[in-house]
Amino acid sequence: MNPGAWGWVVLGFPLAGSLLIAFGWRVLPGRLAGWLATGAVLGAFGAAITMLAGLLGLGAEEREVTSTAFAYLSTAGLDAGLSILVDPLSVFMCLVVSGVSSLIHLYSVAYMTSDRGYDRYFSYLNFFVFSMLLLVLAGNLVLLIVGWAFVGAASYLLISFWYRRHTATEAGIKAFVINVIGDVALVIAAFLLFNATGALDWAGVFTGAQDAFVRDDGTLIAACLLLLVGAFAKSAQLPLHTWLPDAMEGPTPVSALIHAATMVTAGVYLIARAHPLFEQAPTAALVGAVIGTVTMLFAATVALAQTDLKRIIAYSTISQIGYMVLGVCSFAYAAGLFHLMTHAFFKALLFMAAGSVIAAMSDVKSIDRMGGFRHSMPFTHATFVIGALALAGFPLMSGFFSKDDVLAFTFDRGGIYAVLAVGGYIGAALTALYAFRMVFRVFWGDPVPEALALSRGEHPHVEPANPDTGEPEDNDVGFPGPEHHVAEQAWPMALAMGVLAALAVVGGAVGIPGVTATLEHFLEPTFADSRFVEEIPSDTARWIGLGIGGVVAIVGIGLAYRLYLSRYELTVELRERLPRVTTFLERKWYFDELFELAVVRPLARLGELGRTVIESELVQGVFVEGTSGIVRAGSSLARGVQSGYLRAYALFLLAGAGALGLYFLIASV
Amino acid sequence: MGFETVVFVVAAVLALAGALGVVLLDNPFYSVLSLVGHLIALAVLFLLLQAAFVAAAQVVVYAGAVMVLYVFVVAYVGGGERTLVSESDTIGRLGPLFAGVLLVELTLAVAGSGLAASAGDGAPVARGFGSPAAIGELLLGQFLIVFETASFLLLVAAVGAVVLARRRRGLEEDDLDGDRAGPELAPASPQERAPRPGSAAPEPERSTRTGGERAGQASEAGARTAEARTGGAGPASARVGGESPATGSA
Amino acid sequence: MDVAWFVVLSAFIFCAGAAGVLLRRNPLVILLCLELMLNAGNLALVAFSRAHGNGDGQVFALVVLVVAACEVVIGLGLIVAMYRRRIPVDVDRVTELHG
Repeated sequence: MNPGAWGWVVLGFPLAGSLLIAFGWRVLPGRLAGWLATGAVLGAFGAAITMLAGLLGLGAEEREVTSTAFAYLSTAGLDAGLSILVDPLSVFMCLVVSGVSSLIHLYSVAYMTSDRGYDRYFSYLNFFVFSMLLLVLAGNLVLLIVGWAFVGAASYLLISFWYRRHTATEAGIKAFVINVIGDVALVIAAFLLFNATGALDWAGVFTGAQDAFVRDDGTLIAACLLLLVGAFAKSAQLPLHTWLPDAMEGPTPVSALIHAATMVTAGVYLIARAHPLFEQAPTAALVGAVIGTVTMLFAATVALAQTDLKRIIAYSTISQIGYMVLGVCSFAYAAGLFHLMTHAFFKALLFMAAGSVIAAMSDVKSIDRMGGFRHSMPFTHATFVIGALALAGFPLMSGFFSKDDVLAFTFDRGGIYAVLAVGGYIGAALTALYAFRMVFRVFWGDPVPEALALSRGEHPHVEPANPDTGEPEDNDVGFPGPEHHVAEQAWPMALAMGVLAALAVVGGAVGIPGVTATLEHFLEPTFADSRFVEEIPSDTARWIGLGIGGVVAIVGIGLAYRLYLSRYELTVELRERLPRVTTFLERKWYFDELFELAVVRPLARLGELGRTVIESELVQGVFVEGTSGIVRAGSSLARGVQSGYLRAYALFLLAGAGALGLYFLIASV
Repeated sequence: MGFETVVFVVAAVLALAGALGVVLLDNPFYSVLSLVGHLIALAVLFLLLQAAFVAAAQVVVYAGAVMVLYVFVVAYVGGGERTLVSESDTIGRLGPLFAGVLLVELTLAVAGSGLAASAGDGAPVARGFGSPAAIGELLLGQFLIVFETASFLLLVAAVGAVVLARRRRGLEEDDLDGDRAGPELAPASPQERAPRPGSAAPEPERSTRTGGERAGQASEAGARTAEARTGGAGPASARVGGESPATGSA
Repeated sequence: MDVAWFVVLSAFIFCAGAAGVLLRRNPLVILLCLELMLNAGNLALVAFSRAHGNGDGQVFALVVLVVAACEVVIGLGLIVAMYRRRIPVDVDRVTELHG
């Protein structure tokens, strides 16, 4: 079978899984739904591997297979079919998405066991995987937007999974609204491109753009900026990032899957896919790179001040995606996508380990209350440390090869990109700092009561409550289940985390500069038309870059050790000396407040105006009641004729007869 | 001929006077009477037009039966309003105006438009024209269906009148009162008959449901006491009183 | 005599009846005015019958007579029923059938 057909199989597996669970959950016994969902995604992964094999079987020039199911829209000038594009980039994304998703499904089987909404969860999760695969396999803008929207919907459904918790539903709405802004921008960009090129499929758009636009054409820059807005909304870059930390209200596996490994990378994928457009409008690419770097630094600083464990990791995600954006916007596609892959591994791992710790803490997420889990949760500790090392870019871990490769490429570009690369190294230092802040604060130090209880083998029962506001809850559907599962005790969780830990260690092997260039060569066909495909920095330059990165990482780790473990009082003193800085960081640079003032309140007031003035007075009063009032007045006028007076009726009769007679009299003359 | 003209003028004047009397006289009784006069004048005019049978029918049926019926009802119902036209009566002002306009139109139509047939004395007619024999031939020959339908119409009207004038509870109460009446009907004295026409009028209302319940009950009580006094003649008078309006409206 | 005179006379009577219908408030008198109008029509019919030399008009007039009688019967029955139910016998007061 050709790779195109396998593409449909890849899509079919999670869709079938989602629908099966959605319609048949009543008849599925016990916890079968979870295994079914995991199997579906594993099926998709298997199909993706077959797709890869099929693709590798073709020659390098032919590695771009389009498969159309049917012509979806075929009218005047508009030609869009239900078509998927199977080329190295999409196969790569499929492998990453389906691989990491299957591990997270496995983790969730244990994590969500006691939840009353178990079946619903897996249906949603499978639906999400289907949407993400649709997005990356889309062969034209229409299907891309469809997948984009589905992914946003799935994200909303999963963030507000515990729907009776109002903080969760508010977070879901926030995520959805910000995503919609991106959706609108994406649609407008699609309009602009279609308007100029007359095509909707990727190939047509790219060739059309060559003809329709000159370099740095205004419309093209506008379209690319709109694409960037869409990408940033989905990938949580400045200023559309505020939804991601709040999205931690969802279950931890959801955070691992959507907000670390897959959905937030959709924006990076989009930029990589649309690279011909960005290369033709370098201004837009520069804007993207700058925003990516600023986001990276911003998120890293905020992560230093957060106390919620999952939120620290969320800000870390924002920061790391800044790296990826920087990479693809400085036209270092392979490096950026390499980092995407390794980030998926170690970020998902970090989230999973965090989930295990939070379960041990009975859903308490604040690191101020955690400490000393090193001995009571050894496996979790080990995996968390591996993830943190990879995140920080410790030498020879996967993150080391990918992140520092991005910075090496960026530095090599020169000009303003070099400045951005320097910023990137500063960010790397901060990354190492906050990553090991987490490690030392949570796992090292004196054990807290929960850790001691765990070492004794007991898991104390806690009254269910909202972890942020403390409001009491229950364990029925819509709230989390009563049991808390720790990796040491649940083998599916341990298995998934183990696989990811292994990948986080060895994942760098596909991109060791000068030794293996597997990923680069694999992705070459997609990026063959890039101007920068030949502008690879020399191996020496790359190793120098890697070396600087590694040193920065080790220094960062050492600094973290000093600040957070051995001389913690220094940190406390620092915090007291700079209260304004601390507050600024803790309030996340006041972005939420800014949006509240600038956007939310004016819109709310506008809505109020609409309700009171426009709706009730104009529409209801003038149009509806005015019209009926006119009719009523007219009919009461007409009603006056029917007075009930016999003599009035007789008068009309007589007058009518007289008029008739007059007519005949005149007519006969 | 001279004689005909004189007769015509006299009859016409009488007819017009009667018509105006109907319209303008206050008392409806006088209106009825002036209509009777009008009808007789009209009968004379019919005679002038060689319509002997129609004239006779007019006098016998119309003036004789229909107007008598009218008289009964006017006596029963009474006068009604006293004033002819009130100050704010726009229709009363406009009415004669419209009628006048209509009159002008009709006159113009007749006189001015040149109705050829109506000028002159009319077509020559045979000797028996308008006689009962001629009308009878027409009725039973050419206009047989019309004749039968007219008789059917009369039947319908008679049934309708009975239904309209019937009391609400039907004839049961009549029978009840009739049973109670018995043979006391004959020896009722004239003095005791005096209050009866007065009580006869409100008593039929005893069985009506709308409005006059209390008055009806009071009259019933009055009738009962009268009955106690006259020993059964009261219900008899009730029956008599109940029958007269029925016959009056039939 | 000119037949036209009879027709003009009938027009007069008709209009008098029409004016009476509009002027009077007692339903009895209104009925009487209706009779006036019917009679005026009768007169015109008989006059035209004479003008044509045809008996048809007279038969027509007879049938009108019958119809007038029936109408009077029903009309008076209605008035008596009104009177019995204590409804004011005044056409201006009986206005319930209005819009």
